[in-house]
Amino acid sequence: MNNSYEAVMARKNQIMKSSVGINYDKYEGDYLNFDFEEMMSDCGFSLREVRQIQNQFGVGNTPLKECKNITDLARKVSKPGYGARIFIKDEALNDSGSFKARRASMACYQAKKLGFKGVIAATSGNYGAAVASQAAKHGLKCIIVQECFDSNGIGQPEIIEKARACEAYGAEVVQLSVGPELFYKFLLLLEETKYFNASLYTPYGVMGIESLGAELVEDCLKQNGKVPDMVVCTNAGGGNLTGTARGILKTTKEKIQIVGASVNLKGLHMANDIDFNKKSFTTGHTGFGIPFMINPDRSDVPRSAGRPLRYIDRYVTVNQGEVFFMTETLAVLEGIERGPAGNTSLAAAFSLAKELKQDQIIIVQETEYTSAGKHHQAQLAFARKNGINIYFGNPEDEIPGKSIVFPKTVDLIQAKDLDLDVIRKKYIRGQLLKTNKLTKKDIEFLIIETNTNTDYILSEIKKHNVELEE
Amino acid sequence: MIKKNSWVQITKTILKPEERAVNLPEPTKKVPMMMWVKGFLLEAGELNSLVKIRTLTGRIESGLLVCENPSYMHTYGEFVPELLEIDRICKTTLFGGDFYE
Repeated sequence: MNNSYEAVMARKNQIMKSSVGINYDKYEGDYLNFDFEEMMSDCGFSLREVRQIQNQFGVGNTPLKECKNITDLARKVSKPGYGARIFIKDEALNDSGSFKARRASMACYQAKKLGFKGVIAATSGNYGAAVASQAAKHGLKCIIVQECFDSNGIGQPEIIEKARACEAYGAEVVQLSVGPELFYKFLLLLEETKYFNASLYTPYGVMGIESLGAELVEDCLKQNGKVPDMVVCTNAGGGNLTGTARGILKTTKEKIQIVGASVNLKGLHMANDIDFNKKSFTTGHTGFGIPFMINPDRSDVPRSAGRPLRYIDRYVTVNQGEVFFMTETLAVLEGIERGPAGNTSLAAAFSLAKELKQDQIIIVQETEYTSAGKHHQAQLAFARKNGINIYFGNPEDEIPGKSIVFPKTVDLIQAKDLDLDVIRKKYIRGQLLKTNKLTKKDIEFLIIETNTNTDYILSEIKKHNVELEE
Repeated sequence: MIKKNSWVQITKTILKPEERAVNLPEPTKKVPMMMWVKGFLLEAGELNSLVKIRTLTGRIESGLLVCENPSYMHTYGEFVPELLEIDRICKTTLFGGDFYE
């Protein structure tokens, strides 16, 4: 068989189809629309069933913890009467140490049910350990494909730790140097092994998080007699935010503001061999968050189940220095030592709390485990070794890849809003590049996809040379 | 010589620079895409020689022998004293300037 890059990429659709057991063509309509809800429900698990399965496999029912000292700290720098109560959903306590166990639990359960011998996932994040852990429980073989090293063989400490964790759960880890052709090796492995593609972006990968949205509403009601006012989700590929929001919508009719938060890595190219080890966050950053929001279907399946623009109310960024600062603060003020990437949303919540009144509640919906490599101390030491200038000042001055700026005073922790309107317009423009004809169903699809309305979509369409079919 | 059946790590070029995807940033375009994988050595071999291994899932991969019993050597890195300053900032802001007295 021809295994050149071009030949393998040309076989992509066929390989994908047999490796996820989903016929994506079934959901496609003319010209842009596809039936997202049908795709989700066809997978055959209700939220209740998801929770039952997760209960059996060491996932979910993590504690919701109030961070009283961090809340008090936010109040020190808020206007009188402001400074919402900050809670964290301590997802690090799932087996394998992150909320990704929720996603992996459904993928592995389905793989076993369909009779696959093993699972493969392409991930440099916590999802690898999550799949490896769940695969171990089901007696499935497991391969994790990671982008891990630069071309000199220097590994990102966080990713090296995640490789160790995968191997600790018995998985085979295939480590690659920087580049999007990771997908090429991933396809070759799927073809060779005929394992299940435990993609983060299948319906299984997203429905597994709906339980998190449901739990945080229920926990908050139980502890406080009311639902949270705001939930902050770290955003990368969009699945976390999508699943959490869907779980919330299935659990309460009350309006809860859904905020996405990413680490600002502006200026660093994700496929750049040199930039690779200049960043201190390997996920939860704008390098994934923004492109995946503009084009969710750029993932490793034909249609991603992570569609954050449908659910997001507000999107903010925080700087690396702010996240490291909050990670240290969580340890020394709350006595909870956790990994830095999972605290992206905590840093954002600290800033957002200043805008809300003291009786309001913000939930940070994740934490992640910490370890050698995957610790702010390790990441900062690595950054310093790579020539990154680390200093106290105004985090606004941070230049990703050149500096990490810790806030010299607490009031300088300030999340920055991204303009969702710009992202929505870019999403629409991207969609309209695929066709010059649209049906009514496509218009409805674009409205849902962007969480807007008919007028908004029609006025955007006018800017493009598109024919509307009756 | 590393013995047959030893647990080893190998490395291999997956794509040469000219075989890589188009539209890559310059620094990535000019280097090959490399792979590292671990497994049991099928035949005894020397370091840096071409060998075959059986991985944990039973796959056969070939490549240059990097090392025997590859270890986890990642650490918490050299101490970053700025973390103590973060502690001071958040504690004195919350509990007052005399917290450390």
